[in-house]
Amino acid sequence: MLRQKGFLIWSGAALILALAWGLPASGALNPYVIQILMYVGINMILTLSLNLVNGYMGEFSVGHAGFMGIGAYVASVLTVAVLPPAWAAPAFPAVLVCGGAAAALAGLLVAYPSFRTRGDYLAIVTLAFNMIVKSVLENISWLGGPRGYLGMPRLTTLFWVAAWVILTLLVLRNLVYSNFGRGITAIREDEVAANLTSVDTRRLKLYAFLISAFFAGVAGGLYAHLLQFINPRSFSILKSTDMLVMVYLGGVGSLTGSLLGATIFTVLLELLRPLGIWRWVVGPLMLVLLMIYRPQGVMGFKEARLFKPKLPTPGGGSPGPPAPAASPLRGQ
Amino acid sequence: MQPILEVTHLSHSFGGLKALTDLSLEIFPGELVGLIGPNGAGKTTVFNLITGVFRISQGRIFFRSENISDWRSHRITAAGIARTFQNIRLFKELSVLDNVRLGAFGQHRYSLLDALRRSRRFTAAEQQVTNQAFALLERFNLTHYAHTPARHLAYGEQRRIEMARALISRPQLLLLDEPAAGMNQSEIEDLIQRVRQIQQDFDLTILLIEHQMRVVVNLCQRLTVLDFGQTIASGTPQEIQRHPKVLEAYLGKDGGLGQEAPEPAEETP
Amino acid sequence: MPAVHLWGKNMFQLLAQNVLNALQLGSVYALIALGYTMVYGILTMINFAHGDIFMVGTYLSLAGAVFLLGLPLKLPLVVVFLGAMTFSMLLTALLGVSIERLAYRPLRSAPRVSAVITALGVGLFLENITLGILGPQPLHFPDLIPLTRWEVAGLTFTPLQVLIIVMAAGLMILLDLLVRRTLLGMAMRAIAYNRPIVPLMGVPVDHVISLTFAIGSAIAAAGGLLYGLAYPVLDPLMGVRIGWWAFIAAVVGGIGNIRGAMLGGFILGAVEVFTPLVLPSSTYRDFVAFSLLLVLLIFKPTGILGRPVFERV
Repeated sequence: MLRQKGFLIWSGAALILALAWGLPASGALNPYVIQILMYVGINMILTLSLNLVNGYMGEFSVGHAGFMGIGAYVASVLTVAVLPPAWAAPAFPAVLVCGGAAAALAGLLVAYPSFRTRGDYLAIVTLAFNMIVKSVLENISWLGGPRGYLGMPRLTTLFWVAAWVILTLLVLRNLVYSNFGRGITAIREDEVAANLTSVDTRRLKLYAFLISAFFAGVAGGLYAHLLQFINPRSFSILKSTDMLVMVYLGGVGSLTGSLLGATIFTVLLELLRPLGIWRWVVGPLMLVLLMIYRPQGVMGFKEARLFKPKLPTPGGGSPGPPAPAASPLRGQ
Repeated sequence: MQPILEVTHLSHSFGGLKALTDLSLEIFPGELVGLIGPNGAGKTTVFNLITGVFRISQGRIFFRSENISDWRSHRITAAGIARTFQNIRLFKELSVLDNVRLGAFGQHRYSLLDALRRSRRFTAAEQQVTNQAFALLERFNLTHYAHTPARHLAYGEQRRIEMARALISRPQLLLLDEPAAGMNQSEIEDLIQRVRQIQQDFDLTILLIEHQMRVVVNLCQRLTVLDFGQTIASGTPQEIQRHPKVLEAYLGKDGGLGQEAPEPAEETP
Repeated sequence: MPAVHLWGKNMFQLLAQNVLNALQLGSVYALIALGYTMVYGILTMINFAHGDIFMVGTYLSLAGAVFLLGLPLKLPLVVVFLGAMTFSMLLTALLGVSIERLAYRPLRSAPRVSAVITALGVGLFLENITLGILGPQPLHFPDLIPLTRWEVAGLTFTPLQVLIIVMAAGLMILLDLLVRRTLLGMAMRAIAYNRPIVPLMGVPVDHVISLTFAIGSAIAAAGGLLYGLAYPVLDPLMGVRIGWWAFIAAVVGGIGNIRGAMLGGFILGAVEVFTPLVLPSSTYRDFVAFSLLLVLLIFKPTGILGRPVFERV
C-alpha cells in the first residue's frame, strides 16, 4: 500500500515535469495559458510557504511579501549584475536558492520576536517587517529605488515552476508528517502545553520561519524572472494580503488546500480581468465572506489521501531497540 | 538517599501579589507526595515554577542534584519531569495518537534533514515512538480512538490521554495537577487505583496537587499544606489531619463542616 | 515637505517651527489613532480598515463642502465648515457601524485571526470601491479657512494650524471625559474588561460596541476634514499610509489606551517632520516609523502607556 502510493506520487511528479517540459515546446498550449499556469505555480509555492506559518503553526504572518521581495531582488541582482550573462541560465536554480537563502536569513529576524510575542503583536511585527523591506528597497538607488529593477532574462519556465512546486510540496509534506510537524502543529494548538510536553518551540519556530521564508524567496526569484521587472510596490502589504486570501480560501493547515487556494484565486482574478478596477473589489469581498461563512477554507485541516502517509500502526517495520526497564510495555 | 527533587526557599509573586512564600520541599525516589491546600493557595504556581512556565526569581530547584532553576520548560520535561494539567490541555485538532507521540518529542533522535529525506533512521524512530504510543493507548483503553482528533473524546478519556502523553517520555517524576477535578466518588476510587498502579509499573516518583483531602489521605505518604502561599504544615496524612492550622485553613475558624475552601480565581495553566 | 526653506533661520526658531508642524500633523494622526485604540480597547481587535474609513470620511467632507459651496446661498465659510463636518461625521459613523454590523459582528466569537483578516479585506474593499467609483485621479479640497499667516517671534503659523490643533485637542479631551466619566464610558471599560459577564449586568453590549465604532469613525471623519484642509490633495489610497501611521501611533502609545493614542500621534508627527531634517530624504520616513514600531514591540510590547497584557498560562 505504502509502496503503491509512493509509486503513484513519484510517477505523477515525473509526468507533471515531463508535461511542463514538453507542452510549451510543442506549441500545443497558447503562451497566455502557459503564463497563467506559471502564475498559478508561483502562487502555489507562496501559499504553501505561508500556510506553514499561518496554518500549521497558527502564528499570524501578514508580511510574507517581504520575504518574497528579498528573494526576488537578490535573484535579480545575481542574474543581472553579478553573473556573466551566459551563466545566468544554467545557474538559475542556484540563483533561486540564493534568493531563498537571503529570504530565510530575513526569516530569522521575524522568528526571534515570535519567541516572545504571538497573535496580534506578531502580526504587527511581520507587518512592520514587510513595510521596512519595501521602504529599504525604495531607498536603495542602485536597485532602482521606487522605479524598480529590470533587465532580468526570462529564465522562469513552466518546467522550473513545476519543479519548485513539487519540491516545496515534498519538503512540506515530509516536514508536516514528522515529529517536527507535529510539534509545529502543537504550537498552534497550545504553545504552553507544547513546551511542557518537551517540545522545543523556539527551535521549531525557527525552522518554520526559515523554511517558509526560503520558499517565499524562491517564489520571488521565479516571479522576477517571469515578469522581468520588479519594483518595491510589487511586494507591498497588498501582495501579502493576496497570499492570505489564497491560504484562507484553500484551507489552513492543508497542503491540498494551498494548491487549491492558489489555483482558484489566480484563475478567478484572470477571469475577472474584464471587470477592470472592479475585480479588486471582488477579492477583498470574497475574503470577508469567506471569513464569515467558512473561516477554515475549503480544505481546512483536511488533506487529500494522496498527500497523507499511511496511518501509523503498531508493530511492523523495524522494532527499534528493545524498550528500557521502565518501558510502558511492562504494565499489562 | 539523594532527593530526586529538591526545592529550596522558593518564592514567587505576580505584580505585588505574593503567590508563594519560601517553599522548601524534598521528594525522594519512589515517594508519592501530596501538595494540598485550598484553591488559590499557590499549588499550581509551584508546578509552574518547577516546570519552567514561570521564571524563578527567588529560590532554587534541583532535579537529581542538578540545578534546573533557569532551564526552559521543554528541557525540564525532556530531562524527566512530566506533568498533567488541572484543566485538560490537549492538542485538540491532533489525533489521540499524535498527542501521545508528542509527549516523546524530547526523546526523538533524528534531524530535520532525516525527516525531510525520510531516511532510514527517521522511519525506525517513528515506528518506535508509534509502538510505544500504542502500548500506552492500549493500557489506557484508548486504542480504538488512536486516529480520532482529541477534541472528540469525553472528559474522562481526555484525562487518560494526558496521562499517556506524560508517561511516554518515561519520566522519573510525574506532577499531577488535581487529577480528581470534576470526578465523582467512584471515579475518584478508580483514579486512586490507577495512580498507584502507574507508580508501580513505571517506577515513578509522584507529586500530586489536590484540594480535596480525602483523595490525598488515601494516596500519599507525605503531605505539604499550602495556604495563601505559605507552607503551614507538612508530615504524614495522619499528622496533617490533626494539625490545627490545617483545620483552620480548610474549615475556617468556625469549622463549617464538609465545606470546600472558598474559591478565589487561581492562575491555572 | 516642511521646513527645508527654514534653514536660514536660527536653530531655535527652526526647532520651534518644526515642533509646531509636528503638532499639526500629530493631531491628525492622534485623531485617527483614537479609532484604532477604542476598537482594540473594547474588542481586542485591530480594525485594519480604519485608515480607509478615514479616507472615506475625508471624501465625504469634501463632498459636503463642495455641495454647500455650490448652493446659491453664499453661505459663510464657518457654516460650510461646520456643515461639511456634521455631514461627514454622521455618514462616516454610519459606515463604521455598518462595517461592524455586517463584517465584524458575525466573527465576534471566531478566532482573532479571522477578524484581523476580515478587517484587512474590508479596508481593501473600501479602497478599491472608491477607486472604482472616483477613478485614480486626485481631487482637490477647497479652502475653507482664510490663508493668512501670522508671524509671532519669528514663528509662522496659520489659522488652519491653530484650528487643527485646538479642535483635535478639544475632541480628545471630550473623548477622554466620555470614557472616564460617563455611563457609556463605564460600559465600554466593562466590556473591555470582561465581555461575557457584562450582558448579565444589563449592559446592552451590541449597542455599546456599535457606539464605539460610531464615535471612532466620526472622529476619523473630523480628522479627515482637518487633514483635507491642511493637505488638500485626496486620492483613494491616502488612507493606507495615514492609516498605518496612525496605527503605529496607537501601538507606540499603547494600544487600547486613549491618552496613549494622543501621545503616539504626536510622536509619529514628530517622526514625519524631523526625518527629512536628519536623514537624506523624506522617503526614509516609513523606514523610521516602522523601525520605531518594531523596536518598541520587541522591548516594550505594550507601548509607552499601555498596561502589560499577560497571556493566560
